[in-house]
Amino acid sequence: MKRIGVFVCHCGSNIAATVDVKKVVEMALLEQGVVHAEDYPYMCSEAGQQRIAEAIREKQLEGIVVCSCSPRMHEATFRKCAERNGLNPYLVEIANVREHCSWIHKDMQEATQKAVILMRAAVAKVHLNTPLQAGESAVTKRALVIGGGIAGIQTALDIADAGYPVDIVEKEPSIGGRMSQLDKTFPTLDCSACILTPKMVEAAAHENITIHTWSEVEKVSGFVGSFTVEIRKKARYVNMDKCTGCGICQEKCPSKKPLSEFNRGLNTRTAIYTPFAQAIPNVPVIDPNACIKLKTGKCGICEKFCQAGAIDYTQKDEILTQQYGAIVVATGFDTIKLDKYGEYAYNESKDVITSLELERIMNAAGPTKGHLERLSDGKAPKEIVFIQCVGSRCSDDRGKPYCSKICCMYTAKHAMLIRDKYPDTNVTVFYIDVRTPGKNFDEFYRRAVEDYGVNYVKGQVGKVAPQPDGSLLVHGVDLLENKQILKKADMVVLATAIEPNPDARKIATMLTASIDTNNFLTEAHPKLRPVESPTAGVFLSGVAQGPKDIPETVAQAGAAAVKVIGLLAKDKLKTNPCTAKADELRCNGCSQCANVCPYGAISYETRQVNDHGIREDRRIAVVNSALCQGCGACTVTCPSGAMDLQGFSNRQIIAEVDAICR
Amino acid sequence: MQELIVKARQLLESGEVSRVLGWKKGEFEYDPEPAFFETAESLDGFVYNGFCGANLSKYMIEAGKKEGKTLVFLKPCDSYSYNQLLREHRVDREKAYIIGVGCKGKLSGNKLPFEGILKVTGADYPDAQQTLTVQTLYGTETVAYQDAMLERCHVCKGKEHVVYDELLGESCDTVDADRFAEVERIEAMSPAEKFAFFQEELSKCIRCNACRNVCPACSCRKCVFDSTAFDSAQKANTTPFEEKMFHIIRAFHVAGRCTDCGECSRVCPQGIPLHLFNRKFIKDINALYGEYQAGSDLESKAPLTSFTTDDAEPGVGRG
Amino acid sequence: MPVTENWKPTIVAFCCNWCSYAGADLAGSSRLAYPADVKIIKVPCSCRVNPMFVLRAFEKGADGVILCGCHPGDCHYSTGNYYARRRMTLLFSMLDYLGIEDGRTRVEWVSAAEGVKFSETMNSFVETVRALGPSVRLGDLRCKN
Repeated sequence: MKRIGVFVCHCGSNIAATVDVKKVVEMALLEQGVVHAEDYPYMCSEAGQQRIAEAIREKQLEGIVVCSCSPRMHEATFRKCAERNGLNPYLVEIANVREHCSWIHKDMQEATQKAVILMRAAVAKVHLNTPLQAGESAVTKRALVIGGGIAGIQTALDIADAGYPVDIVEKEPSIGGRMSQLDKTFPTLDCSACILTPKMVEAAAHENITIHTWSEVEKVSGFVGSFTVEIRKKARYVNMDKCTGCGICQEKCPSKKPLSEFNRGLNTRTAIYTPFAQAIPNVPVIDPNACIKLKTGKCGICEKFCQAGAIDYTQKDEILTQQYGAIVVATGFDTIKLDKYGEYAYNESKDVITSLELERIMNAAGPTKGHLERLSDGKAPKEIVFIQCVGSRCSDDRGKPYCSKICCMYTAKHAMLIRDKYPDTNVTVFYIDVRTPGKNFDEFYRRAVEDYGVNYVKGQVGKVAPQPDGSLLVHGVDLLENKQILKKADMVVLATAIEPNPDARKIATMLTASIDTNNFLTEAHPKLRPVESPTAGVFLSGVAQGPKDIPETVAQAGAAAVKVIGLLAKDKLKTNPCTAKADELRCNGCSQCANVCPYGAISYETRQVNDHGIREDRRIAVVNSALCQGCGACTVTCPSGAMDLQGFSNRQIIAEVDAICR
Repeated sequence: MQELIVKARQLLESGEVSRVLGWKKGEFEYDPEPAFFETAESLDGFVYNGFCGANLSKYMIEAGKKEGKTLVFLKPCDSYSYNQLLREHRVDREKAYIIGVGCKGKLSGNKLPFEGILKVTGADYPDAQQTLTVQTLYGTETVAYQDAMLERCHVCKGKEHVVYDELLGESCDTVDADRFAEVERIEAMSPAEKFAFFQEELSKCIRCNACRNVCPACSCRKCVFDSTAFDSAQKANTTPFEEKMFHIIRAFHVAGRCTDCGECSRVCPQGIPLHLFNRKFIKDINALYGEYQAGSDLESKAPLTSFTTDDAEPGVGRG
Repeated sequence: MPVTENWKPTIVAFCCNWCSYAGADLAGSSRLAYPADVKIIKVPCSCRVNPMFVLRAFEKGADGVILCGCHPGDCHYSTGNYYARRRMTLLFSMLDYLGIEDGRTRVEWVSAAEGVKFSETMNSFVETVRALGPSVRLGDLRCKN
């Protein structure tokens, strides 16, 4: 029988207001083996931990139950406290009487009864706890950044500057991401390319950074400190080493039909292409779906003109397998599809565009060379209407429930830039709220209204009706004036909601990282661990985690990099000792457990076993504890109960069941 | 029978096999029992008749630990059990010489008294669909072969052997019932009726462990019920949990591995229809995850150690 | 056990550490109430739940058992909940076959972000079990009076 101490935390009044903590202490002392029980206002405080330390010493405790908040909050605190005082940390169990009890129940008697039962279950379990020793695993000192936008570039630069090698995997032909598509940036109005390009160049030139563009992560296995990643390097059909980036191939390519992804489909590109002039690497790719040579075997013009001899139609996809210690997800965003928003006539009229398309139109390298013009007839628009929150803050399933965060500011930017460059063009913005929480943001918005005369109308737009004369009739409402508005416009710009990159879910699944219902990656703690995924060794950077603007993205990228550097700086990591273990006397060697192990941690060996005097060679399951992550799938597959999970053993869980059902 | 003995003698004498695993006469005419024969002379005691229902495959685990090859006679359904053991690395194929024997449906000694036939001293063994003549202390009695047949033979899974070195003897079709009819009858009951039905049946159980000992899927070196692996108490017998849950847990442990050989019901001295647990799992597996016959091959994925991403959710199809 | 108005069911909820236990925490920090009859046991993954645990609960007098795990495809261990899903599907079907009403067993996928779903699930499960009344003691399965 273990000597057990029970410590009941008041958590100020968080627990004590609903749970009679004295009663829990009283009941704890009736439990078998409990030699000490006490309550204290804040068990996690220095003074609270001191009481635990004293009790361990004075009562020679062999097990501890803390009735407190969720183990997700302070299990580590109390385990460390035990360890400091000579008790194995795995002899500590938490009874979650706050999140699972006091915070959800109002009736004191009911909550107290439940707290007592949770305490009993923890006491029953801790009786069966065994001291466990954390193992060690090596750290591969190399990081992978998935996504080559500003988030990925900044993360990679910061990690590389600290001296660790980093690989960036980008699925497009060039790094740069969404930021490379932007014209100007708020609230300073500096040119996006002017501030991004130097970073791209720096990343490309950095001795610690390897960039894999036109590549995708295909498979991830392993765990923190030791991930094995397969990267598919798609066939580029252009030899990266030979190409000089002269561009003659693109001039000569006869296939000019495919829509330019970079220009959001507003114009076309050639089959062999670099997405934009500042692309890194400045090596084109051949789009196999558009290339005449690859499709029909005839043509070969680019090969003929390429003086460097870089064209290689025989290239195949390559799989690169690489080890990493840490992985950063920086997969960014896209705008939502507007198919469900027929009322805005986006699919009907060329003059209804998204804000990202407007960025391309305003950009000197864009489809209109920077001239603001209608895509239908090339005329300069005199009346432009911006519609905010298209698909954002949406209560039905057409759009997204969240605020896309960047739209208010970029719309103010667009409005201001248009009024500045084309003073005779009127700009009207329909908005629900204008949200400007950021440094110099509200000042920026007020400038748009006060200095540039942008007409802000609080209200939503019900319909955009294309007219026979080519104009657009906007049916809106002005909530402040309480009147309907019919406005004739030459162009309508939709502040379209952003959503995580469509690949985010696939990548999260590969990484076994959590993802929320909107496909944003979940952070380990929404406030205290905002750049870490709950999956150890996986970090979050940029919009993949939630909507944010460029300065926030860069800040988060740096924070993620610091976390990665902190991890890579370690030579060894402590491993979770709660791993599976097979009892050689009970194992049948039937192989069922290996079939369900997601980590390939179970193998079989034939060895001599001494079963109560009978010596025979038996096929026995062996768990590699460095690979085992402790899910327990094997334990249930094992009919003889030979396979058990340390820290969550069959007997421990059954003891908890018994205590609850007693 | 004679041809089996001839073959066995041949293989023993040639030294190709070191022993023969077959059946010998039991205490009564209707209960021949599994037996090892080490010498050609001992084969005089070998029997193979309509009452040889016993599945020999599980004995091959022990046989595999001995020197040399063992000749084993497997009926078609027994071969599934052997294959399943092979899949689970419990038997060594290299150390087995398998003769697949024909089967015309096996008889149940327990069924004869229900037909009013007592004190059996002998029988002749015609094909199924014929009349069985039984010698008793009171004279000769006859009974329709089907009426004395083992439950499993009425729903026989086929006369093909899935593993063998050679085949001997003829088989004939014995299927005349729906394998899942009884399961469906129970499924249609109300919860109270179901509980009453199983309580009635399981209350007969004397925990003799015959079902476990005979079951080829229950081949654990040490059964979970004989250890403290699952119990919070220090000794298994201080809690009635395993006593009470024995049959359900046993059925779950063999789910996806049970070939439905029917040995559990055959050997139960209390006549509990234990196969109804296994059949329920088999029926659900077939319905939810596609037809699966344990032991039919060595490669296919077993239903409980595989999945598809769009599997049915628990509770689906239960009303 | 006689059914009285004050009768309170005993409900065991197995929650995986990564999603559902965190979902329950979120329900707690969001103060989303559900009945105190529910007692949570933390397991690393839904695939750790051995059918024996469920049987044990019913044998010891539980009136309902619910298993919560990460949504299919989101398992922290990639595939654990897929195995759990098959095991529990078969086990619950077997319990139904033995006369344990299907309302007494449930599997629900609750993510770490779904505090509301956790609370709603527990409310509806407890309501279902309450309506069914006390469970026949599975332990009596072999003890006909």
